[in-house]
Amino acid sequence: MMQEIILYLFIGSSIASVFVMILNRNIFYGALALLVCLISLAGIYALLEAEFLAITQLLIYAGGVVVLLIFGIMLTNKISGKPLHTDSHNWLSGVIISTALFGVLVVSFQQVKIINAHNDSYLINHINKVGIELMSTYAAPFELSGILLLVCLIGAAFTASSFKKKTNG
Amino acid sequence: MAKTDLLFYLSAFLFCSGLLIIFTKKNAIMILMGIELMFNAANLNLVLFNFQKTGMEGQFLALFVIIVAVCEATVGIAIILKTYHYYNTSVPDQISDLKEKP
Repeated sequence: MMQEIILYLFIGSSIASVFVMILNRNIFYGALALLVCLISLAGIYALLEAEFLAITQLLIYAGGVVVLLIFGIMLTNKISGKPLHTDSHNWLSGVIISTALFGVLVVSFQQVKIINAHNDSYLINHINKVGIELMSTYAAPFELSGILLLVCLIGAAFTASSFKKKTNG
Repeated sequence: MAKTDLLFYLSAFLFCSGLLIIFTKKNAIMILMGIELMFNAANLNLVLFNFQKTGMEGQFLALFVIIVAVCEATVGIAIILKTYHYYNTSVPDQISDLKEKP
């Protein structure tokens, strides 16, 4: 019962923060609302027995990506005392397309027959299993993701660097 | 917990609102935030389907989706910074010429 109350709390906070993101014109408040949404999603993951994913979500998204987005906002807007407004357009077609897609998704989720083979396994240490699987079954994608992160680091640093080329080629 | 069916609709809602943000907002960083929201909706779906069964495949797929999303966000921010340096704007509608402005 307590779990359901906490789950509803997280669902409500994520929906409210998404509405703030859509309706607010200040882009900085949009980033903070995205932070609230990501933290409540991490709580939902923890309730769904994905504890390692919840910690990863908190560390990487809430700690890394949102800070990076706020850096981007601060570097690409002229800070002159006035709030960081962003304009919006295409409201009619956007609302029509997204509500149509939402309707399709809701209808298709109602037709899915979910076989709940889940047994209440709150006593199993899931993080232990994650570590063992990550080093045995999923070792190749793990190493590949390390290479991908390195390539991404070099590419982003080279793209955003501002040194000029000496040769005029 | 039998109320997890509600979370499917939450993930559908998050995906559609990310799409709405991508359609309506003009700033490039706001568009990037919409893409992150859509990634998170897909992750929530993966974790939910993983919760219905025994095994951990969905969690691992969600983990690698998070890693690829982080790479996308960093490279996207770098490209936005570079275009802002050239064109003095971060609104993609105003970037209409290929050549660098003098």
